[in-house]
Amino acid sequence: MNILFYIAALIAIMATIRMVTGINAVHSLLYLIVSLLSVSVIFFLLGAPFIAALEVIIYAGAIMVLFVFVIMMLNTGSSGVKKEHELLKPSTWIGPGITSAILFGEMLYVLMHPAAHPMTRTEIQPAAVGALLFSKYILIVELAAFLLAAGVIGAYHLGQKEKVSHHRYLKNEEPAT
Amino acid sequence: MSELLWLIVALPFAGSLVLALAGKSLPRLAAAMIGVGSVTLSAILMLFVCLDFLHANPAGTPVHQMLWQWINVSGFSPAIAFHLDSVSLTFVFVITFIGALIHLYSAAFMWKEDGFARFFSYMNLFIGFMLLLVLADNFLLLYMGWEGVGLCSYLLIGFWYKDPGNGYAARKAFTVTRVGDTAMVIGLFILFTNYHTLNIQDILQAAPHTWAPGSTIAIITAYLLLGGAIGKSAQVPLQTWLPDAMAAPSPVSALIHAATMVTAGVYLIARTHVLFELAPIVQTTVAIIGAVTLIVAGMSALYQHDIKKVLAYSTISQIGYMFVALGVGAWSAALFHFMIHAFFKSLLFLGAGSVIAVLNNEHNMFKMGGLWKKMPVVFWTFLIGACALSALPLITAGFYSKDEIIWQAYASDKGSIVLWLTGLAGAFITALYTFRMVFLTFFGNAKAEPTYRPGVAMTLPLVVLAFLSFAGGFIQLPDNMGHVTLFSQFIQHTLPTTVTTASGHAAEWIAQVIAAIVSIAGLALAYRIYYNKPFPAAEPVRNPIQRFFFQGWDFDLVYDKVIVQPIVFFSRIDKNDIIDQFYTGLASIAGLFNKGLAATQNGKLRWYAMALGIGAVITLTILLYA
Amino acid sequence: MTIPMEYGLLLAAILFCIGLAGVLVRRDVIFMLMSVEVMLNAAGLAFIVGGAARGSADGQVMFIFILAMAAAEVSVGLALIIQLYQKFKTLDADSASQLNG
Repeated sequence: MNILFYIAALIAIMATIRMVTGINAVHSLLYLIVSLLSVSVIFFLLGAPFIAALEVIIYAGAIMVLFVFVIMMLNTGSSGVKKEHELLKPSTWIGPGITSAILFGEMLYVLMHPAAHPMTRTEIQPAAVGALLFSKYILIVELAAFLLAAGVIGAYHLGQKEKVSHHRYLKNEEPAT
Repeated sequence: MSELLWLIVALPFAGSLVLALAGKSLPRLAAAMIGVGSVTLSAILMLFVCLDFLHANPAGTPVHQMLWQWINVSGFSPAIAFHLDSVSLTFVFVITFIGALIHLYSAAFMWKEDGFARFFSYMNLFIGFMLLLVLADNFLLLYMGWEGVGLCSYLLIGFWYKDPGNGYAARKAFTVTRVGDTAMVIGLFILFTNYHTLNIQDILQAAPHTWAPGSTIAIITAYLLLGGAIGKSAQVPLQTWLPDAMAAPSPVSALIHAATMVTAGVYLIARTHVLFELAPIVQTTVAIIGAVTLIVAGMSALYQHDIKKVLAYSTISQIGYMFVALGVGAWSAALFHFMIHAFFKSLLFLGAGSVIAVLNNEHNMFKMGGLWKKMPVVFWTFLIGACALSALPLITAGFYSKDEIIWQAYASDKGSIVLWLTGLAGAFITALYTFRMVFLTFFGNAKAEPTYRPGVAMTLPLVVLAFLSFAGGFIQLPDNMGHVTLFSQFIQHTLPTTVTTASGHAAEWIAQVIAAIVSIAGLALAYRIYYNKPFPAAEPVRNPIQRFFFQGWDFDLVYDKVIVQPIVFFSRIDKNDIIDQFYTGLASIAGLFNKGLAATQNGKLRWYAMALGIGAVITLTILLYA
Repeated sequence: MTIPMEYGLLLAAILFCIGLAGVLVRRDVIFMLMSVEVMLNAAGLAFIVGGAARGSADGQVMFIFILAMAAAEVSVGLALIIQLYQKFKTLDADSASQLNG
């Protein structure tokens, strides 16, 4: 079973790297979905089948579909690809690469410091998650609901085509009939 | 009536304020009415106050009028208060009376000029400040008046501001007097630190008990006050501004640079006479400065061709006489000469102004001539003024005032034969240059035609002043001639009596005869050289010695070489000095920081994300290693 | 059974850093948003790994919250992208730099 973890981890890393370095937006999106799916495999292996299902349904499903729609709508096409090619020069990688590498090094140092901890394989049933969610974390659930509502309203508002809207005092005089 | 004292001061200020605020919209006649009227009202009020003071108060007790408390800060509480005694009354009389006459004259003189209301606004302001100066009961108020008249002098010298030369003359007058004023204000600081008050009478009463005669502090203070006095009164070595101040309109020269402001130094020394008596060496210095000045300025007056410059140097020289009198302790003689000099010198300036005006602004005496038939009123009044200035014996007021000084220069306990001889030499020079001026201007060939005849507004002040120049002397006659002492008795209510050592009418007679002979000799010499002689209208060619005197003994040249040029030189060197570079460096470092920080706000989202990432790295590093 | 917790966390760290590098490097806003998704996902993975190591359901609860937040963020973010494109006719994040000091 362990071998599955390593394979999934490798695929996730490779796919994410391809996604970040990719030129074509749709290709990158597909790589991202691959990455998410392999992470969901890892979730399954770690005994969280409910989360694995959510990852597939919501992340790889719903959210990515949103991306696809937006990319479709904007329809930058091959001109966008060309532009990306010009923008993505090797020299731009230096600074972010160094910063990320340092951050990674420090995380690695933190991880290697304590003794190794084996992970349990106990499967945690969705019922247990649900029970915890609606007892201990009920307040946060409500807050998450607020957040989602805000997201919906915000997305609706921002997604509208820009209307020429005047303050009522700035409204042009109605033409005389 | 004495309680109306404040109104005498307030009226000119009010007139000035009205003219300054509304002057542009007022017609000329209204501006003239306000400008002349305010000072005339002051003069009339002054006559009432004067009569009241003389009549109700034969002992000459000073009148004190407290208006309001000015400042009150931890023991320092100067008041806006007036102190009227015989000395200030003399000055108030001269300022308002002559001021009113000159205002009347200038209403006609300035009628066609631009800035008519502005002129009267300045003039009224000057009268107000001058009255404040002589009536102040504390040194702070006195200093305010002192600087106020300096300001008005500056404004009026530069009245015709479109000529840059006039602006230069105004700045020069302001700067040179500032040298003396700085000394004076330091002297006032010393007085305040020692007496914790600036009230003049308190200080004068306390000084003899606090300071020993001849003590160092008294000498220093007196010298500093003397510095202020010589700056204002244009005495050597600060006399150089007055000849240039002749750029002002003639009535201004008559009022400010002959009759009133330049005698503020005389007033200051007379007012603080106690301090000068405590420092005998300084009082001797006063006499020496006066003696040197009267010769220096007299010699320069001999070589001028500009009629106003002759009068300017003559003013310096006559104030030198007053300083000699102050120096030998002849207080009343000094004030008497001040009053008489104000009469005849403003008369001469106004007369000269009339001549200049009718000859289309011609200042050069060599281009005048033959005017005596064409302008009889001006000529006769000018002649009376000239006689008074030359101190022609018996008939002129100038003789009685100047003779008293010359006599006291010898007879006083502080006098000496040297001062007496200097005074005589000065009298000779005075008569010489005065009649040189008269003969060149009014006799000989006519070289220019008058364009118009001065009106009544211009001739009336001349006549009144001529009468005073002639009759003013009879209120104070020498011991041996009638012995009238109205003026000196009046002054002695405030200032101490002159102590004389030499006695006997015989000596006085001899001295008077000598003085009379000397001034007549001056007249005679001028007659021989200048009467009806053909002079070329052009400026005369001068040899180096004449040029030396013409340029006022080259004081300007020396100051330029010794003070101005080194300062300019050093400021050139110092233009990019180190201290400046330090501060500009600070500024440019701040600018660099600004640029650096502004560069981080480039509006690029990725940079902000980068900053977040670096911040995370730094935070984690601190957490790990700290 | 023998996978140490550290390996799971290591995977989360790697994914997070790749996502960070992506946010920093890309100028196309869509790519930046996708990279942010990767980072969020990595954070969720770390929670799951932690929860698995302790055998508790709290980690999964946290993941659900992260998921909810990511959903909201993506919807608003994509709406903003549309607006950006309509205004500037480009997806280059650097072109919207009028707030520069």
